[in-house]
Amino acid sequence: MSPLLYITQQVINAVALGSLYALVAIGLSMVFGILRMANFAHGDMMMVGAFATLVLGALGLPFGWAVLAGIAAGALAGIIIERTAYRPVRNAPEVTLLLTSLAVTYILENLGILIFTSSPQNFPVPDWMNDAVQLAGGQITFTQINILTVILTGIALAGLGWFVTRTDLGLGMRAAAEDIGAAHLVGLDVNRLIVVAFAIASGFAGLAGILWAAQSGVVEPHMGFTPLLKAFVAAIIGGFGSIAGALLGGYLLGALEVFIVAFLPSEVSPYRDAIVFTLLIAFLLFRPNGLLSRAQEVKL
Amino acid sequence: MARPDSRAATALAFAESSEPPLLAIEGLRVAYGAVAAIRGVSLTVRAGEVVALLGANGAGKSTMLRAISGIVRPRAGHIRLAGQAIERLSPARIVRLGIGHCPEGRRIFGSLSVAENLRLGAATRVDRAGVAEDRERMLALFPILRERAQQPAGTLSGGEQQMLALARALMARPRLLLLDEPSLGLAPLLVQQIFRRLAELKAAGTTMLLVEQNIAVALDLADRAYVLRTGEIGLEGSAASLEADYERVAEAYLGARPNLEGRS
Repeated sequence: MSPLLYITQQVINAVALGSLYALVAIGLSMVFGILRMANFAHGDMMMVGAFATLVLGALGLPFGWAVLAGIAAGALAGIIIERTAYRPVRNAPEVTLLLTSLAVTYILENLGILIFTSSPQNFPVPDWMNDAVQLAGGQITFTQINILTVILTGIALAGLGWFVTRTDLGLGMRAAAEDIGAAHLVGLDVNRLIVVAFAIASGFAGLAGILWAAQSGVVEPHMGFTPLLKAFVAAIIGGFGSIAGALLGGYLLGALEVFIVAFLPSEVSPYRDAIVFTLLIAFLLFRPNGLLSRAQEVKL
Repeated sequence: MARPDSRAATALAFAESSEPPLLAIEGLRVAYGAVAAIRGVSLTVRAGEVVALLGANGAGKSTMLRAISGIVRPRAGHIRLAGQAIERLSPARIVRLGIGHCPEGRRIFGSLSVAENLRLGAATRVDRAGVAEDRERMLALFPILRERAQQPAGTLSGGEQQMLALARALMARPRLLLLDEPSLGLAPLLVQQIFRRLAELKAAGTTMLLVEQNIAVALDLADRAYVLRTGEIGLEGSAASLEADYERVAEAYLGARPNLEGRS
């Protein structure tokens, strides 16, 4: 195989993986931007989205509609959690919010185990999605799911970009992320902005969960854990609280993980996650504000 | 600028009018945890008046404004806007009812453009035509903001940022403008510039409650003033009378009660 084709193949893999990380990381960053809160329950919105799609599909809903309903279920779960768990402790010390989100994680995952057991369930997708697409005489292959992942992520990101830059609500959200106190003072309805942020963030996570399940073929209550950790790394690399940073961090992390396995000696591959988290520590030590740091833009 | 005696007459005329004051605060108490910041303050601001709230650092001036805006909740007391109690309302409702707040340290959105900051100032308004009109008025009042409209607000100089903060607060078309230390951190020339704009706004009928460390410029602009001392009103009067009796203002600032005992 020619090196160029090999590289092309790896770039495709990296974009597919990076899309998922970006989808999850953006939600983490949006919520952190406004509430200064690391939302550990964010990964569980992936599970909610995937299980909702699974159940509704089993009930006979066409797959496309089941996916939309799964995204909506993720968004709805995020809104409910914000209202019932986070809002009552919003003005408490930050560690309270953090611990609350950990508690929510345990409640949701155990709820998932209660309903679906802890063993992985098959996640059926329409047959065409598993079809391999072959280019250059079979030297480059990927599945339709990969294409779908990239397209749906692209649509979601374009929609978010439009929302944040072109609507009053999006402008308000950027303002609240920069200075929530000043947002109150100009009369923005901050509660509503927070609800919208949770809805978008959780809907994105729901979509990521569905795509994740479609790629792996299974869904289980703890499925959000590893992607959540990776999304934290992505968000921190990019600059926690910055949407563009989370996007950049997600794709960089996807590329890094794929390229470690693809281009380094095979003995290194098992250490992929160790390398990723070492990078995280390096960032926290030497560039804690990330690549696209918001802190630099804020003048106190 | 009006002469002192004419300002005293204005203050007197306000005191005699019978309609409820635009802002009436009664027995306000605010505490941060166990620390009392405001200990039973009453004050009024009448429509068209500029009232200065003076006092040393930590006297509770900013806390007063934050309580009026609903950012901190009072422990006791009432805040009424044109007779309506507002002390339990959300900050957004209070802006909607007509109180604009230009906060200490300006608090502009530095990563957003100047134009976006102005748009956010009108966040509570739905009358698009009126907002566009006010935007033009602000850009006429502060021409530098027109030049910098598309620039991130964080790249403006301190004085320009203060002008933007002022314009942003005015975009809500407030009935009462709360100003928290508009001179803070600005060179004397810029302070003059800002206060000249404030005088224009006053002449146009804008009602203001002004918190200031710079006593001279504040009393120059204001009709009346209160001096806060550790959470209580230490002194109040017309700006002219306080200007004439600088010594008592200074004493109220420093809380120099012991030195006063022999004199009273």
